[in-house]
This record gives sequence, C-alpha cells and structure tokens, in this order.
Amino acid sequence: MATNNGLVYLIALPLFGALALLLLGRKADKWGHLLATAMSAGSFAVGLIQLSQMLDREAELRPVTQKLFTWISVGSFNVDASLLLDQLSICFVLLITGVGTLIHIYSISYMSHDKDRRRFFAYLNLFIAAMLLLVLGDSYLNLYVGWEGVGLASYLLIGFWNQKPAYATASKKAFVMNRIGDMGLSFAIMIAFATLGTVSFSGVKEHSHHASEAAMTAIGVMLLVAAVGKSAQFPLQAWLGDAMAGPTPVSALIHAATMVTAGVYLIVRSNFVFDAAPTAQLLVVIVGAITLLFGAIIGMAKDDIKKALAASTMSQIGYMILASGLGPAGYAFAIMHLLTHGFFKAGMFLGAGSVMHGMNDEVNMRKYGGLRKFMPITFVTFGLGYLAIIGVPPFAGFYSKDMIIETALNAGGAKGIILGSVTLLGAAITAFYMTRVMILTFTSPKRWDDNQHPHESPALMWIPMVILSIGSVISGYLLYRGKAFKHWLEPLFEEHGEHTELLPPIVVSGLALTMVAIGVAIAVIKYQLSEIDNVAPEKVSIFTRIARRDLLQDDVNEALFMRPGQAITSALVKIDDSVVDGAVRGVGKMALGSGSALRETQTGFVRSYAVLILIGAAALIAAIWVVTT
Amino acid sequence: MNILSFLMLLPLIGTAFIALAPKTNVLLTKQIALVTTILVALVGIYMTISFDFNAKGFQFVESREWIPAFGIKYALGVDGIALVLILMSVLLTPIVVVAGWNESEGGRWSSKVFYSLLLVLETMMIGVFASTDVFLFYVFFEAMLVPVYFLIGGFGSGDRAAAAVKFLLYSLFGGLLMLASIIGIYVMATRYGNRTFDITTLSQLHTVLTPMMENVLFLGFFIAFAIKAPLWPLHTWLPDAAKSATPGTSVLLLGVLDKVGTFGMIRYCLTLFPEASKTFTPMIITLAVISILYGAFLAIGAKDIKRLIAYTSISHFGFITMGIFAMTSQGMSGSTLYMFNHGFSTAALFLVAGFMITRRNSSTISDFGGLQRVTPIMAWSFFIAGLSSLALPGLSSFVSEFLVLVGTFTRYPVAAVIATFGIVLAALYILIPVQRALHGPTTPGNENLSDLTLREKIAIAPVIATIVVLGFYPSPLLNIINPASQTIISQQGFSDPAPTMSEGK
Amino acid sequence: MSLDNYLYLSAILFTIGAVGVVVRRNAIVVFMCIELMLNAANLSLVTFSRINGTLDGQVVAFFTMVVAACEVVVGLAIIVTIYRSRRSASIDDASLLKR
Repeated sequence: MATNNGLVYLIALPLFGALALLLLGRKADKWGHLLATAMSAGSFAVGLIQLSQMLDREAELRPVTQKLFTWISVGSFNVDASLLLDQLSICFVLLITGVGTLIHIYSISYMSHDKDRRRFFAYLNLFIAAMLLLVLGDSYLNLYVGWEGVGLASYLLIGFWNQKPAYATASKKAFVMNRIGDMGLSFAIMIAFATLGTVSFSGVKEHSHHASEAAMTAIGVMLLVAAVGKSAQFPLQAWLGDAMAGPTPVSALIHAATMVTAGVYLIVRSNFVFDAAPTAQLLVVIVGAITLLFGAIIGMAKDDIKKALAASTMSQIGYMILASGLGPAGYAFAIMHLLTHGFFKAGMFLGAGSVMHGMNDEVNMRKYGGLRKFMPITFVTFGLGYLAIIGVPPFAGFYSKDMIIETALNAGGAKGIILGSVTLLGAAITAFYMTRVMILTFTSPKRWDDNQHPHESPALMWIPMVILSIGSVISGYLLYRGKAFKHWLEPLFEEHGEHTELLPPIVVSGLALTMVAIGVAIAVIKYQLSEIDNVAPEKVSIFTRIARRDLLQDDVNEALFMRPGQAITSALVKIDDSVVDGAVRGVGKMALGSGSALRETQTGFVRSYAVLILIGAAALIAAIWVVTT
Repeated sequence: MNILSFLMLLPLIGTAFIALAPKTNVLLTKQIALVTTILVALVGIYMTISFDFNAKGFQFVESREWIPAFGIKYALGVDGIALVLILMSVLLTPIVVVAGWNESEGGRWSSKVFYSLLLVLETMMIGVFASTDVFLFYVFFEAMLVPVYFLIGGFGSGDRAAAAVKFLLYSLFGGLLMLASIIGIYVMATRYGNRTFDITTLSQLHTVLTPMMENVLFLGFFIAFAIKAPLWPLHTWLPDAAKSATPGTSVLLLGVLDKVGTFGMIRYCLTLFPEASKTFTPMIITLAVISILYGAFLAIGAKDIKRLIAYTSISHFGFITMGIFAMTSQGMSGSTLYMFNHGFSTAALFLVAGFMITRRNSSTISDFGGLQRVTPIMAWSFFIAGLSSLALPGLSSFVSEFLVLVGTFTRYPVAAVIATFGIVLAALYILIPVQRALHGPTTPGNENLSDLTLREKIAIAPVIATIVVLGFYPSPLLNIINPASQTIISQQGFSDPAPTMSEGK
Repeated sequence: MSLDNYLYLSAILFTIGAVGVVVRRNAIVVFMCIELMLNAANLSLVTFSRINGTLDGQVVAFFTMVVAACEVVVGLAIIVTIYRSRRSASIDDASLLKR
C-alpha cells in the first residue's frame, strides 16, 4: 500500500489548536476561536487535497498509509501508530472536518457571550483530532485511542457548563456508559489477539477467512457492544438524551453528525468480521431495529426540542446500524445515510440552537410557535432538513433511507419482511414526530410570553445553517446518482453476489412515501389543526407517560445496575472496616489482652519472684536428674 | 566505584551535609536536599542511557565480600526491570521534595530530620532494587521501614502514630516470614554445597527442593510481598498510612515502596521458586482479580480523597500482580511498565490532592466543589491525573493496563474478562470525586482559594508530561523491559500462547 | 574424714541462705543470705575439685568470688540508694515494678 506523509497533518492541526488553547490559557482568549476554526478548516483542506489525489488513482490503489512510529511492541503484540486513509475513512474525514468547521464558525457567534469560549473551542479541536484518529487508525488499538478520545471530548463538552450539577452528572453518565461500550472494544481486541495474533484491520481481515466462526462471532458481538455504547443504541442508549446538556453546537457535531455514528463506522470497518459471523450480524440487525423504533417512540413524546432531535438521532442511527447488519448489500447505504444524516441533522440542531438563541435559551417547544415569521432563515434551513429526514424526494434522506428500506425488504424470508415493516413503520413515525417539531416550533400560533423577543440569528450562525441545508438537499442525489457511492466503497467489501428482490424499487418508494404521508397527516391533524397547550397535558395514556420517561430506560438502569452497585459499594466499605480490618485489629486486641492477663502474675514482691526462681531451679534439677538416671 | 554504589552513596553524602547545616536555616536544608536529589536523578538518567538494552543478565554488577562466614555479599546489579524501577524512584524523589517544600514544617521534629530520613530512604529504595544478594535485599527491605515509620509518625497528620505502628507491624510480620524463608533457603543451599545468597546461584536451587519445601519457602516470600504490594486481604494498612502520611511521603510509599512487593514477586518468587509459583498461580490470580474489583468498589465508596487514592492503588496493584503471574511477555512487560506508570500517576494524584488539602485544610471530598472555576490549573492537574488513573488511551497507564489485560487474556481469559470490568469501575471512582470536587457550584469557603504557585507547577508539570509522553511513546521503556521480562518467562519454561487460530479451524 | 561432709555442709548452708532470701524482708539480710548461697556453692566446687583431683572447680570458685564482689558493690549501692530515698530497707516496700 502506498504511503503518504500528509496524513498526519489531518490530526496534527486540530491537536495543535487544542493544546495551544489549553496551554496558553487566558492569554489566548482574544483570538483562540479564530485559531481553532483555522485549524479545523486547515484539516478540511488537507482532506480535500487527499480526496483529489485519491480520485486520480485506480480503485485498488486508493488506500494510503502512514507509519508514524512504533507504539507498543511486546513479544508478538506489535502495534504501530500508523494511519490508514481509504475510501471509507475519507468520507468520514470530510464529514468531520467539513461539518466541524461549519460548527466552529457557528460557535464563534453562538458562544460569543460565554467567558470560557476559548476553552470551548479547545475542546472542539480536541474532539476533531480524536475523531480523526478514530477513523484514520489502521488497527483496533489505534481506533481505541480515538474512540476514548472522543468520549473524553464528549464528556468535557457535555459538562461544559458543569457548574450546574445536573449537567455534570449528565457528562459523567455519558462517559461511564461509553466506558461499558469501550469494555466491549477491549474484549474484541483481546479476543482478536488471542485467536488471530493481530489487532490491525488488515491482519484481522486476512485471517477472517480461516478463523473459527466462534471466534469471529465473539469478536463481532464485542464490537457490537462497543458500537452500541458509542452510538447510543439499545440497551446503552440512556446517555444521549442527557447529553443534550452540552451547548447546542456540540449536540450538532458530536451527538448528531459524527461521534455517535462511530459505531456504524466500526461495524462497517469490521465488515470482514461480521461477514464471517452471521450470528453477530443478526444481533446487529436486531439492535438496529429495536433502537430505530425505540428512538422514534421517545421522539414522539418529547417537548424539549433538543431531546426530540436526540431521540431522532438515536432512531436514525438505528437505521444505519440495521443497514450495516445486512452485510455487503447494506454497508454502502449505512454510510450513505450516515453522511446525509450528518448534513440534515447537524443543520437541524444548529437550527434548534438558533431558535434557542432567539428565545432566551428556552427549549420547550410548547412555549414556541409561530417563529416562521421571526426567523425566516432558520425556518427555511430547518424546513429543508425536515424534508430531508422524513424522506421526501428529491431531498437527501429520501435516497439514503429508501435504499435502506429496500435492502431490508430484500434481506430475504421472514427476516426481510420483519425488517422491511420495521423500517417502514419507523419512516412513518419519523414523519410524525418531525412534523410535530416543525409545527410546534414554526407554524402553530405563538405561545410565548411578551418578554420574549424572538429574532433571527447573526450571519455567522445562519451561513453554516444554509450550507448544511444545501447539503441536505443535494447530497443524497449526488451520492445516489449512478450508484456512485456504492461503487466508491465497493473495493472495500466482499460482494456476495445474488440479490433477491421482494418488491420492485418503485413500489418500495411508493410504500415509503405513503407511510411518510400518513405520519405527516396525523401530525398535522393533531397539532396544526387543533389547539396546543403551552404545558404538557397531564391526563395522558400510560404509554405516553412511559415514552416521556424515555421508555423507562433510566428506571431500568437504576434498578438493575445503579442501586445494586451502590449497595455493593456500601456493603464492601462496611466489610472492609469491620471484617477485613476488624480481623487485623482483632489480632492486635488479642496481643493486648494476653499481655494484660499475664501482667497479673507480676506482683512486684521480690521475694515471691525468688520463690519462683527457686522452685524453677529445683524443678529443672529434678528434671535433669530424672532424665539422666 | 560502581555507578550503583555511587548512586546509593550520593543521598548519604547529602544527609551528611544536612547534618552539618545549622538547625535554624531551614531553607539551606531544603536546598541541600533538593540539589542532592536532582544530582541523584541525573546520575540515574545517565545510568539508564548507558544501559545496554540487548545484553542479557545483570549490568553494572558489583560484588564484595560482606559476611564471608555466611557467604553474604554486598552484590549489586540491575536488569531492565530493576533499572526502570530505580529510574522511577530517583525521578520521583526530587519531585516530592519540590512539591512538598513545606511538608517538613509542623512535624514532631525539625526539617533536618525530615530531609535526612528522606535521603536515607532514597538510598534504601535504590538498594532494594539493585541488590542481587538475597540477604542484602532483605536488609534493605526491612531497613526501609525505619525512615518511613518516622516520616509517617513524625510528620504526618491525624492519627499518625497509630497509622505508623500499623504500617510497621504489618510490614514486620511479612518481613519475619521472609526471614524464615531466607534462612530456609540458606540451609538448603548449604546442604547442597553452595554457601551463598547470590540470586543467580540460588535460582538453580529449586531443582533439588521437594515440592513441599518449595511451597513453604515460596509462601514466606509471597506473603511478605503481598503485604507490601498490598494484595487483598492484606491491604488494610495502606489506606490508613496513606491518609496519615504527608502527600510526599504517600507518593514514595505508594509509588515506590509498594513496588518492592511486586518487584519482589518477579525477582524472588518467580526466579527462586518457579514450580511453587505455578502451583499457587490460580490462587494468586484470584486474589489479584478480587483486589482489582474490591479496591475499585472501595474507592467508589471512599469519602476521603487520600483514602480514595490508596484504594485505587490497591486496584492497580491487582492488575500488576495479575500481569506478573499471567506468565506472558505482554503481561510481564505490561506489569513492569505499569509499576513505572502507576508511580507517576499516583504521584500526580497525591501531589495535587496535597495541594488541595493544604488550601482547604481538609481531605474530605465533599468539602471541595466547583474548584474548576476557582482554581482551573489545579483542577486540570487533578483531572489529568485522574484520567491517567482510569487508564485513558493516550496516557501512559493505558498502555500498561492494556498490555496486562491482553497478556492475561491469552492465558487466563476468565480472569482478564472479570478484571476488565475494573475499567468501568475506574471511570466511576475517578469521575465521582472529579464531579464532587471540581464541578458543580463553588462550595462556600472555597471562593478565594489560590491556584497553583510557580513551585507547585514546576513540581507537577514533569509528572504530567511523563504521563502524556509515555502514553504515546512508551517504546524507550519497553525496549529496556522486554529483554528482562522475556528472560524471566523463558526461565520459567513458559512461552507466549500462540494464536489459537493457527491450530486449525 | 569423708569429703562428703563438706558437701553436706554446703547443702545446709545453701538451704539456710535460700530460706533466708525467701523469708526475710530486710534487704541487707537478704543480701547476706545470697552471699551465703554463693559461698555454699563455692564450698561444693572446691570439694568436687578435691574429689576429682582437677583444678576446674577451684578456678570456677575464683570466678564466683569475683562475681560476688561485683555484686556486693552494685547491690549495696542500690540498697543504700533505696534506703536514702525511701527511708526503709524492706524489700516488700519497693514493689514499684508490679503491673
């Protein structure tokens, strides 16, 4: 594979930005945000150069590597710090740095009143660097560094306003739940090393054909655990809603466009593992399907605009995970949906930020309404993102989601029918809750107080929104046209050939659009054409209540893990003091006790000692006499 | 003169100068101590550079008759493992002196006593890692207790006398068992014609020992080391000692002295009694796994910041012990690297905790709060130290922890899997105090705390730099460690398990 | 005369000394009794030396005398000191070491 010494700059630029801003401290307050944005843009430029070079090469010659140094080398465990840029990672590089740069620009204005803006930009740059390392690492262990690096950046950014205890708790929760996923990644690496003797992508791929299926299944399941943690999939999804505590640009970049999609990257990157492990693949599909509906249902019940979007993200990533579990037929579409989702979801999050900016940081959609007139640009850009996510042609989401539905239906047999109906149902629910968001925020009558003065955001904020909305309009078609994207990624996967077609594509599209229309119609009837309370109605069905409580995810986690964990901790603290240390203190007490007992024999009278000595001496002599005669 | 002897002599010369310094001039005493420790560190670095990575066996060897009647020699020498630990000790000592610049004041005795004890302790720390004569090792092993006892009991805080006595009795108990084993070895060695305490000669002794004999002698050593390292359930002295000692003393206690336990397991338990080591491995691995989880749970439940750090160390020592007895090159090298890294990450935690405690006059975690807004640099230092303790990739402890886990997994998958749950608990035991102490609203009384002074920054910066640099580039240390750990594993008759896949489908 | 009689005398002297040490309270008298026991031992040593025809016993007797002399020096000094501070030479009064 060709080497290219330019890869390191992709990571080095934002890393330098982060370190400079953190180490210089307050001295960099004045220009820190500019440096950070420049670094992110610079990285994007390097990415574009790499892309143009890559386009010039033949398909087989496109991947390039760069070895930086030997990282860990012990016995047969050898891991180099080296980078790999191929057709898959370049997509991510451009998404991360491109969307990342736009969000940097947006944040300059969004965070302008925060006295810690420099620190915010330092974290953003740190995130970009870690995320790039995640997608550029050429082995699972290198990926792991980026994997936890983005977790750290996410922790720092969720807790950016950690003076509020709830936000600090949210960041801790995100990190710990991510760590459970990371544990899965550790296991996967350990199993890979123990069974295959290597942890690099190319090495594992090479051995994947002749390794036992059990080993591959174990690795695959553990990778899935990792993906589930990072991508907020069922059952490790509970942190994502709370993660909305972070500033909105963070939610757009990390918790919508990039970091949470790392799980999809991991599964698609490990396609060779999953292709060799059908059981693991089936689990992937199941997780994706459950989360898809799970997120969608939560999305219907949320009044907090960011949490509604977060639930939507969870659901959309469910689509991607599902697609990536469908094997070679689905990988390209998973990534394609990931890219289009990156555009429209980031755009909508920025739109939500813009709304909050104009509404004194109010997040409750029941206190919005009629903002279309006051924030025309936000309305239009958000609206384009909305059309894209519900899958109206010719917007981006139509192409990518349609392909996933089609592939799911074509998975064959009962599996195909179940998955197809789940994805179709998901499409309908998505249409419903996104329409609800649109109506509550923009088109329904106003429900805010007179002391709110909604206004359009400054240009620095709306320009990125406009660019992203353009992306959400055209990116789908560009990637779809002539199966361009599928052919782009094809060299990385092993095509298995035969395709069954359950339904012709045009019928699938028709079905999907019908479902979307139903979803939109219900939402319009329920919200646009009827009165909306500005407080959430109390008298609702038990289902709505459960959905509002995030389908009881926190209650389950608390009952199953948190409380038992706390009980174990406090029990062990007691045991350590009373039993383990108690035993030690007991030995000490015993020594003291026997000492004071023996002390009683010491009367202090010399003559009694003398008698004892005499008796002792006599006894001794007698004993010797007895023994010797 | 041999460089190791020179290294050991230097602190003693410093002690002599301190003894000559006038009692009223505390500053001069401190300066002498600082200069001495820096010199020692420089010599230590020089020694590391001149170490030959590829040569087998001990280097910088020196051997003189000491008590010829018993074949006892003053014999020094280092392999890669010992070298790394000596390097860690001599690097940490000047940092401790700088960070704890005012620790010596307010003790039971004068600063002169404090720094004399510290320097004598440094000599002994070097000696204990450098000796290649079992008896000489024992002498250092026991003598080391004396300065630590006085450092805790004379300059600590709270219930310092009780903690010092607890530490001393625990250690003496272990030392006694070890002495019995040493005498046993000597008797056996004499019976088979070698009146010597030389480790290399004695490493052949196991071929003539009966299994019963070997097991008993092994246990004598192992229990002593398990107390030192501390391994569950012999750990209860550590939290008390760490809480009562000054932060600087705690750094040396947990960072260096406890390593004598794990170092001893490698150098003495494995080398002298390979068969017994194999016999007891399942039991030891079990204890190590218990330590990992037990220490982590107790750290989560700890309310005092110094006790918390002590419990995290118990968890980390579980990892180190597990890696040693996994008997794979990854486990062994990982454990040795872990010892080095743990020294630095614990040092960072303890030093920053010390800075926090001196400012607030309390070591209860809930007394802090919102420090990130008040003292950002101190908060960041604590946070990075904490991240190192939870083994975040990119920081040094990740490399070692992962090596230990991978190395253990290839031979004992179940133990490795259970131990890996420790990394989730690690996230909890670090992030909970981070949240309580650094995040949230500023606790009343903390509004005017001052951030780190220049001296404190100078002390903490090299520690953090080491943590970060070794996280990305551990090769220099691994190159030193690998040949030594390879030698030990092959001596034991082990080789790394081959990937199972190669055995066919 | 049979040499055994010296041994009997020695035994009697020793018994008197031992009984004196146990029974009497005055430190000086106890002290004298100890001297008596030492000299009883000396007597039997010399006698055995004579019986066996070797000089070992006599040599040891000299050692005993030296020890006795030292003991007198130290012991009397202690007794005098105790008497000075406590105004009593009774050994039962000086029981400060108990418990």
